[in-house]
Amino acid sequence: MTAIVDIRDLRKVYDGGFEALKGVTLSIREGEILALLGPNGAGKTTLISTICGITNPSSGEVTVGGFDVVEHYRGARSLIGLVPQEMSLEPFTKVRDAVSYSRGLFGKPRDDAAIDKILKQLSLWDKRNARVVELSGGMKRRVLIAKALSHEPKVLFLDEPTAGVDVELRKDMWDVVADLKAQGVTIILTTHYIEEAEAIADRVGVINGGQLLLVEEKDELMRRLGQKTLQIELQEPTQAIPDALAGYDLELVSGGQALRYTYDTRGESTGITRLLGDLSAAGLQMRDLLTEQSSLEDIFVGLVKEGAA
Amino acid sequence: MNWAAVSAMYVSEMTRFFRTIAQSFISPVISTSLYFVVFGAAIGSRIDQVEGVSYGAFIVPGLIMLSVMTQAISNASFGIYFPKFIGTIYELLSAPVNFLEVVLGFVGAAATKALFIGVVILGTASLFVDIQIQHPMAMVLFLLLTCLSFALFGFIIGIWAQNFEQLQLIPLLVITPLVFLGGSFYSISMLPPIWQKITLFNPVVYLISGFRWSFFGTADVPVGLSLLAIAGFTALCMGAIWWIFRTGWRIRS
Repeated sequence: MTAIVDIRDLRKVYDGGFEALKGVTLSIREGEILALLGPNGAGKTTLISTICGITNPSSGEVTVGGFDVVEHYRGARSLIGLVPQEMSLEPFTKVRDAVSYSRGLFGKPRDDAAIDKILKQLSLWDKRNARVVELSGGMKRRVLIAKALSHEPKVLFLDEPTAGVDVELRKDMWDVVADLKAQGVTIILTTHYIEEAEAIADRVGVINGGQLLLVEEKDELMRRLGQKTLQIELQEPTQAIPDALAGYDLELVSGGQALRYTYDTRGESTGITRLLGDLSAAGLQMRDLLTEQSSLEDIFVGLVKEGAA
Repeated sequence: MNWAAVSAMYVSEMTRFFRTIAQSFISPVISTSLYFVVFGAAIGSRIDQVEGVSYGAFIVPGLIMLSVMTQAISNASFGIYFPKFIGTIYELLSAPVNFLEVVLGFVGAAATKALFIGVVILGTASLFVDIQIQHPMAMVLFLLLTCLSFALFGFIIGIWAQNFEQLQLIPLLVITPLVFLGGSFYSISMLPPIWQKITLFNPVVYLISGFRWSFFGTADVPVGLSLLAIAGFTALCMGAIWWIFRTGWRIRS
């Protein structure tokens, strides 16, 4: 796949001297969903703002669809839809007018049918004549998405789209994202919710302290960095780990009712068969076994801690 | 040119104006009527004529200018400050529009509103006094240029302002005094000689004088100078807005 967004050594230093982006290089492929994970202040919003034209870059180069975002901003911005983090909407405008306004602003001629389709797709049809101020938080979020989609962008930026929305709306939004991906739209989303990245992203980027720590295929990332744990529940509780098992990475949990074994899926051998044999030899009887894959969240926390160290 | 964007911005701004059309219309009608009661009846009865024109008619151009200038500034400054305040400016900054399109949309709407108020005041004034316009084309030109240049100036104030106090600061502390001292209600020839000299540093004098000339054919300063002053002010404001959009001053971090 070709890159639709290309970022080369992007730096941003704010007037106060704060360096929000420290040389970010990233290629975003056409049609993919990229999730950018990072703690508050990591530089996620600055990165998006710089691509979209809200913030001036200090140095580096960004192209969208081959258009430089500074030199050829018209070409670049026409391709972009942005859903900001803040609920920034004019309160007294009607929903339909707000969405039509965005379409016009991006240079597209008036098209009522296109606006109707977006309103229906986002379950805003019943509220089309309501004023923004009358809407719930979740509905306002939908309006922001409708505005961003109004000019049929090729690249959609969603800056924390599900922050503070209920579970139902979050699932709805994931469906919308899946639909857009099916239509060939490239989607870049920043999120605090690891489960969101896990559920919908093709690739995951981790950003912290203005630096991109990694960008990987989500599945590959989870496989490569994934650790698994095996929980061995015992028939009888034990006070201490028997000396015969000292060579294993074991932890006594549940008040001695269970042992937890951590192993690396990348290793040639997991050591499980040998452990289970040694366990019987040490006189411990198993009642049940349970394995768990570490989540993206564990990976993320690990990476961010590593970066800070 | 992104005409769809110009139209979207203009229509959106005008929609806000039409939402409050009653107060936009009633407010200048009442204030103009009050000016005629106070200045026309109370003071006018003591001043027979100014430069061969009845005092009631003499103050009409000044009254129109007073409202047009303040309305153009307040509409344009609020028009751009409000999106900054509520955060919707993000959309304007991320849209494929250049400074000229933003100016046409936002400033064009603010100037239209000011023009509407100016016409309403002229209509209201014609109910009180007999008004003759000797140079109608010049009158329209002066009115349009004033609406435009002060809307441009208001736009700059809206971008500069970081809170509502600052938004009000320049209109209240600078514009209103300059307009009152700019010969809205008197001819500067009525001032003591020293003040006649000082008042020539007030740019508003040139605008009101030129506008009044288009009504009555008499002016405090040469008409060409008035036209030059207002054209210069317009160019200065346009240049400042071009620079603001090029550097992102106060709008793009």
